[in-house]
Amino acid sequence: MDPKRKSNLIVSIASGKGGTGKTTVSASLACVWKKPVLAVDLDVEEPNLHLFLNPEISHQEKIYLETPVVDESKCTLCRMCSDLCQFQAIKVMGETLLTFTEMCHGCGGCLAICPEKALSPGQRELGILSQGSSLGKISFLMGSLRVGEAMSPPLMTIVKKRMMEILGKERADAIIDAPPGVSCPAVCAVMDSDLIILVTEPTPFGFHDFRLAWESFSSMGKPMAVVINRAGLGDSSVYRFCDEKKLPILASIPYDRNIAQAYSKGQVVARLSPELEHKFSDLARELQGYDREAAYA
Amino acid sequence: MSRIAVTSEGPTLKDMVDPRFGRAGGFVLVDPETMEHEYVDNGQSQAMAHGAGIQAAQVIADSGAKVVLTGYVGPKAFQALRATGIKVVQNLDNMSVGEAVEKYKSGHVDYASHPNK
Repeated sequence: MDPKRKSNLIVSIASGKGGTGKTTVSASLACVWKKPVLAVDLDVEEPNLHLFLNPEISHQEKIYLETPVVDESKCTLCRMCSDLCQFQAIKVMGETLLTFTEMCHGCGGCLAICPEKALSPGQRELGILSQGSSLGKISFLMGSLRVGEAMSPPLMTIVKKRMMEILGKERADAIIDAPPGVSCPAVCAVMDSDLIILVTEPTPFGFHDFRLAWESFSSMGKPMAVVINRAGLGDSSVYRFCDEKKLPILASIPYDRNIAQAYSKGQVVARLSPELEHKFSDLARELQGYDREAAYA
Repeated sequence: MSRIAVTSEGPTLKDMVDPRFGRAGGFVLVDPETMEHEYVDNGQSQAMAHGAGIQAAQVIADSGAKVVLTGYVGPKAFQALRATGIKVVQNLDNMSVGEAVEKYKSGHVDYASHPNK
């Protein structure tokens, strides 16, 4: 663990299936969190946490990935770059060295290996990083992927780096709204957190993807806990699985039309009723009281 | 006349044209005058998550073929083939490799100016 951020807790809110309530839980937790908190939207393909927290954005910047640019007068077509590249982003075609910028992962290997210094750094726009604050007490950070960009982890990595800088300065905890799924973007979102909260609904679809998420994230060895959303729907398979795997269910949000209506209007669910506020305050307290040192011991 | 490459499901002139360019099973390289041919396997591209078309274009470029007969070519593969001056004939699926070559020799084909996938 990074000793610089000993006092910060990073909690990521993930799920397998989309639409299970990650943003509902993230926004509610941020609003009832007792310590300074940074809300981070890492669902860069379709960020929506801002619709609930309504932050004032004080800073925006475009984020770029370093990609190679060829100086044909220097290239000897030796193919060292194209043999190195695992992503077909740079290729010798006949007498030309072609680049496919959209395939590039930005590793910098081709620039480093070129013996003729025929490659120089160019860039591909990944998206926008936005920073601000909500209600004067929640710091806010969001990545928005450029439309047409296929890779989200490079942008997410830069947003996470900014998150660490802010946490170092503000001594805040972070709540990460992760993307759905179980592949690279989801793993990238949760891999630096201390705790992973899996939000699921107790339906067969919800359970299927919840189980995939659990399998995918288990290999990271991080503590996981569960929030059940739309409790009352479906069957008992999620509950049985949690029991079997000793996954604590920290909160249960009822299946309720009022909650859906509030969500559709961009309202924070924790603010909807005293009962819901209590529910999320209890959840926040449980997470904040989580003893990180003990878990890593 | 230089050799032409045909995307193919197998190694002979009797095998069917593989409609996919990047993920074709392989390429039959044919001398249209003598109909002598050899086969280049493309199995490596089939297993790739991304960039199969670009990889296949390099195989064709390295083979020295100046014309590709196939079904469908994607935008990146098309760009790569065009950069090397390789001409592309699309929509030649649903026939054997030999039939595709005969059709090419008869002159009843158009060189593509745009990718069709």
